[in-house]
Amino acid sequence: MSRSFFARNPSVLIFIAVLALFTLAVTMASEAAGSGALSTSFVKTLGKTLCLCLVALAMDLVWGYTGILSLGHMAFFGLGGYMIGMWLMYARTESIVAASMSNAAIPPTDQEIVDAIGTQIFGVVGSSEFPPVWAFADSLWMQLALVVLVPGALALAFGWLAFRSRVTGVYLSILTQAMTLALALYLFQNDSGLRGNNGLSGLQNIPGLTGVPQADVSLWFFWASAFALGAGYLLCAWVVSGKFGSVIRGIRDDEARVRFLGYSVEGYKLFVFTFTAVIAGIAGALYYPQAGIINPAEIAPIASIYLAVWVAIGGRGRLYGAVIGAAIVSLLSTMFTGGQVPNLPLGFYTIHWVDWWQVLLGLSFVLVTLFAPKGIGGLFDLVTGRRSPERHGADLGPDSGSFQEKEAEE
Amino acid sequence: MTKYLLAALAALMLCVGMAAAQDSPLQTLMQEHRALIEKASRKTIEPAIAALRDSGLPEAQTVLEKWQAKELWQRKEDGLFFFAEKLDGSAYQLIDIAGGGSVGEAEKSDLKQLKPNSGVRSLIGAALVQFQLLSPDRRKRVEALDAIQRDPAPEHLEALAGAIEEEPDAEIRARKERLVQLLTISFSDDETKRIEAINAFAGDTGVDARAALNPLLATTREAVAGDIPDGVNVANTLKPGQEEFSKEAAYDLLVTKDLAPRRISTADKRAALEANIVDGRVGGVPLAQLNTDGARERAYANLAEAGVVPPTATEAEVQAALDTHSFYDRYAEASIAVTDAARATLTSINTRVGLNQAADLTLDALSLASIYFLAAIGLAITFGVMGVINMAHGEFIMMGAYTGYVVQQVIPDYTVSILVALPLAFAVTFAAGVAMERLVIRWLYNRPLETLLATFGISIALQQLAKNIFGTQARPLTSPSWLDGALVFNDVVSISYIRIAIFVLALIFLGVFLFIMRRTRLGLEVRAVTQNPAMAASMGINPDRINMLTFGLGSGIAGIAGVAIGLYAKVTSELGSDYIVQSFMTVVVGGVGNIWGTLLGATMIGFLQKGIEWMNPSNTLAAQTYMIIFIIIFIQFRPRGIIALKGRAAGD
Amino acid sequence: MPNDRENNIMKLRMTSALVGALAFATTAMAQDDTIKVGVLHSLSGTMAISETTLKDTMLMLIEEQNAKGGVLGKQLEAVVVDPASDWPLFAEKARELLTVEEVDVMFGCWTSVSRKSVLPVIEELNGLLFYPVQYEGEESSKNVFYTGAAPNQQAIPATDYFLDELGVEKFALLGTDYVYPRTTNNILEAYLMDKGIAEEDIFVNYTPFGHSDWSKIVSDVVALGADGKKVGVISTINGDANIGFYKELAAQGVSADDIPVVAFSVGEEELSGLDTSNLVGHLAAWNYFQSAESDANAAFIEAWKAKMGDERVTNDPMEAHFIGFNMWVNAVEAAGTTDVDAVSAAMIGQEYPNLTGSTATMLPNHHLTKPVLIGEILEDGQFDIISETDPVPGDAWTDFLPESAVLKSDWAELGCGMYNTETETCVQMKSNY
Repeated sequence: MSRSFFARNPSVLIFIAVLALFTLAVTMASEAAGSGALSTSFVKTLGKTLCLCLVALAMDLVWGYTGILSLGHMAFFGLGGYMIGMWLMYARTESIVAASMSNAAIPPTDQEIVDAIGTQIFGVVGSSEFPPVWAFADSLWMQLALVVLVPGALALAFGWLAFRSRVTGVYLSILTQAMTLALALYLFQNDSGLRGNNGLSGLQNIPGLTGVPQADVSLWFFWASAFALGAGYLLCAWVVSGKFGSVIRGIRDDEARVRFLGYSVEGYKLFVFTFTAVIAGIAGALYYPQAGIINPAEIAPIASIYLAVWVAIGGRGRLYGAVIGAAIVSLLSTMFTGGQVPNLPLGFYTIHWVDWWQVLLGLSFVLVTLFAPKGIGGLFDLVTGRRSPERHGADLGPDSGSFQEKEAEE
Repeated sequence: MTKYLLAALAALMLCVGMAAAQDSPLQTLMQEHRALIEKASRKTIEPAIAALRDSGLPEAQTVLEKWQAKELWQRKEDGLFFFAEKLDGSAYQLIDIAGGGSVGEAEKSDLKQLKPNSGVRSLIGAALVQFQLLSPDRRKRVEALDAIQRDPAPEHLEALAGAIEEEPDAEIRARKERLVQLLTISFSDDETKRIEAINAFAGDTGVDARAALNPLLATTREAVAGDIPDGVNVANTLKPGQEEFSKEAAYDLLVTKDLAPRRISTADKRAALEANIVDGRVGGVPLAQLNTDGARERAYANLAEAGVVPPTATEAEVQAALDTHSFYDRYAEASIAVTDAARATLTSINTRVGLNQAADLTLDALSLASIYFLAAIGLAITFGVMGVINMAHGEFIMMGAYTGYVVQQVIPDYTVSILVALPLAFAVTFAAGVAMERLVIRWLYNRPLETLLATFGISIALQQLAKNIFGTQARPLTSPSWLDGALVFNDVVSISYIRIAIFVLALIFLGVFLFIMRRTRLGLEVRAVTQNPAMAASMGINPDRINMLTFGLGSGIAGIAGVAIGLYAKVTSELGSDYIVQSFMTVVVGGVGNIWGTLLGATMIGFLQKGIEWMNPSNTLAAQTYMIIFIIIFIQFRPRGIIALKGRAAGD
Repeated sequence: MPNDRENNIMKLRMTSALVGALAFATTAMAQDDTIKVGVLHSLSGTMAISETTLKDTMLMLIEEQNAKGGVLGKQLEAVVVDPASDWPLFAEKARELLTVEEVDVMFGCWTSVSRKSVLPVIEELNGLLFYPVQYEGEESSKNVFYTGAAPNQQAIPATDYFLDELGVEKFALLGTDYVYPRTTNNILEAYLMDKGIAEEDIFVNYTPFGHSDWSKIVSDVVALGADGKKVGVISTINGDANIGFYKELAAQGVSADDIPVVAFSVGEEELSGLDTSNLVGHLAAWNYFQSAESDANAAFIEAWKAKMGDERVTNDPMEAHFIGFNMWVNAVEAAGTTDVDAVSAAMIGQEYPNLTGSTATMLPNHHLTKPVLIGEILEDGQFDIISETDPVPGDAWTDFLPESAVLKSDWAELGCGMYNTETETCVQMKSNY
């Protein structure tokens, strides 16, 4: 079975091989294990980029394959980050507090330790008590489970409500956007118990690894991200390759027809929505310890729109397209906004890329949407010589999420 | 030569001036209080002001007025006070404060302008009352009344009462009479007069009335041993353990009144334990075991037994202390009749105020609804009618606002500039909308999700362009003076004119929209193209042209909305993105394709948000969160909005 | 500006990373003939509105210093990056500045979140940051010098002014919902209750960033006056939300004589976005106003306007950078090196004349002494200074919250930023973020 799976999907093997080579190359060039040609901050950037590729993969599954344009998947990404961040903050603060309290004349009670941790963590928002959401923050395993459970449960509840009442197309997009906006606004409140606008910070300092330099930590996280991306890719490829994949593509192109064929469209959609939310949560849990801080702005609707844009530019409906889109756009953004691209003097006006990058990015969305609906991934078709099916101008399906003739494949 | 002569002359004049300035009794008086006046503070300035007020000098009033208006100057070298007039450059003409005319010139660097803070200014204002109450200048009389209202004092009562008879102006007279009543409530010695005055304010919604009545009902919480003494105006008696007066609170009250010993806090206990460590043990308990509360209790009890530390108060002792004391709230006002009357009047007032607050909240909600409606109406056309998701709609609003700003830079008259800006904003955004439709959107009809992405790209490009052109700072867009201020019904209900203008504008657009859609050829064609483009085309309608015009219209209205929103809030490059999600939700909640639905959607969101804000006034953010959650749930139950299109108009 | 060689290396890295091949590039070396100064201010995103000005200020100061011959005989080179109002990006850019560009000092951040984001990175890599904005206190890092006001240098004196000079008895604390207003209002609440103001006489409200619908909140504040007590508003409203707030105040005719408003985040820059004719008399508390009369200020304003244009104004965080930068220059000259530890040690006790005529001193807790100025808004958008105190030493840990009253910071003698004076132990060496 597995042989036939890879045989049918040669791109999976190629992808895994490229990823492995890339990981090896970065390792050898890193400060921790190699020549030091890549700075630690750049290794972190690359590690974060891999996490973004993973969430883009999830986005591609839900949008490119199932036709649900979710503008809320970064909410799940952020929730994953919050869940792991709670443990990181708690455990780190606990070690600081325990160290400082051990000097006291009288050994502290458990309650005193917890109170002191609370004061440290919530001092910045003018409180000192642990809100109920922090109930499991002292346990790494519980929080790791919550990384999967919380985004999953939210997606399940939201998806159940939305799909059950047949909210589709643009309405669903706007609804998911409203969801992520509501979550961001909620987390912005100090009363939400997750430190409001300050968010959770100092996440790059892993408890118990205080003596380990960031160069090592960043490399470990890079490996973990690469592994997660590889595993995620394999899993997604497996999901979309079988009969399940055919059904969800059918839902994308003509939902009504699939329903009339007797499939539980809502069930499939709900599964994909929840499954991708879980992937997004895991990606977030790997991303934020590398970023160092998470706050509600990360969940703002704009982040999810960017996610859709990465997938669109990379080429939706093909998994490697999503990965390529996320990697290229986010790395280019880093370069341009970081002032690393030289200014372009035009004689009468000098283009400062810091000022003009957003304009360029915005216009490139338009151009890609208009002229290259297959995205960057479409270039591979030129190499492989893949031809689109001839439909004599007819669309593959009437639904708003369905593929147009020239972007279809397989 | 003449130069020297002039200089000598000036020096001579300066000397003369100085002599004159030093001689005047007013200057002497001011110099007496010089230290106070230089470092004027509300807490210390009273004697200086009183001295001037009571000096009986004719110029005292002018000096006080000038001082209040920050027009009093001091020469640094000798500390004398002057009025000053600015000459060319940095020189000032000094004028004698006692009416002696010009006394020479001085450089700005040699002078110090006295800048009394607003606390001191209001004290000066209160001192000026006696000069101003009967002043022939109407403005000064109003100022005097303002001053009394801000700092009511017992001595004002008589002066004010005496000034009513001669008041020619009916409006000011009425105000004076009202103020006398208010002062009577606060300061009169005559109980019947006070009660009369109190009763006169029944049902009055003015803040000033409540401000006079509420202090009468201010209470202090008391605790005494035994029973409540006689002759005390008791508001209510309290029992420890009842609601809102826990036993802990009662005991704490006793402690603050020194009627009971302090309880020992956990921190004190810990400190006591720390102070009594003997050989790694406290009260016989090993240190290592002291990491539980139980062990610490035990150790403390051992110490207490040994008499090293004071024993903790037991529950029984606390209860006994509570039983032997009485607790009550006492009115600061001694007269029971007055407090009874005040309570009755306030009850009637509060009912009225409650009703008025509801009315005010309704106005606020309507206003918010009209803002949402205005922001969403363009979207109701492009999204609702044409089905185009235009994420750059917010940026069209922003373009309208910036157009308003640019027009104001060119045309300084605010009224004219607004009149020019409105059509110009329409023209600019109409053109932008048409350009966008021609270049991008028409290729993407029937692919709404792609439209969403492409227009989002345009949105971030436009936002950044606005930043590059106008900078990141907020730009001023000022409303004409006839839109300043508010329509005040009473002290509770009021609404600013700019909000009324937005409301009216929203109504006008509703009318325009209905007219265009229902009464014009364009509207007919738009409806035809929306329902069935192929059929419409075969009937001789050019769908391309219609789509272009419709999109331009929707965008143009967004531009006008931008001017209005810029007038009431701010003009920044992020103006549009603040409204985009709300606007989409307004349209979706209301029901796509129906303007009445958008209206209802905006109304619902406006009222909902204000309602939640009213329930939780200290957290506006929560109101927005819960509103969005409500909308999400609402859409689950009415996925097609409040007014769902049916039949053919629904399209699918 | 980053030089071309590094850019090329960076590009090379990008491409090599993308295709997965191993690029053989050497780490960029800091050039020996210049001293690099990192400027870490957002040039895009929501905070660009405030931070771009500070970037320009830094460029101006560096230019001036270079014209004077630089520092230690070397020219200064500004390395400007754009963290784009994105808090994680602040940490990333800070790491890049310290490890790739190898800057000797950084000037940057505006919001507390961005500072907290950068803190772990600079503490790990032993960098040096000058933070120029008024903030909520409760922090003292070995690697940060706080040149803005701590609460006791802005909020507390302004509240005292309300209590003593204006006789305010009832307080409305309005703020944007984030850490600075939250913490400041907590401190103020504790302080006011200490001063005998009852809890029910303190009204607190938080609004989101960019809030524009103020009518209800302003009506609520007006209604506070119903029990006959004088009401005052202490505003920690941030950024452009102020515009709507002040417009609503003007529309409802709230005069400064009836309900004074003192703002901690509204300066000349913010007022340039609105018509102030209806706001005359409302207050702001800062350590600097453009209208301050001193020769140094006149020169500073002149240089600024010459560089940026006549309509531009100066404000308090700009002065903070002015002081911080000049102190750093003097500390480097005194230490004879740009080594962070040596410069940090030399910083403490540095004195430099501020722009309002007095002298700023760097304290062992890495805060400055600053005078507190209270200004009334004028018609032209400037402030009329009506109260000025002697320089107040900044207090890292406020005395008005019980938990932090026992804490103190002293990097000179105790070598600790969070020292518990009760237990006489150093609670932590590195900050908790």
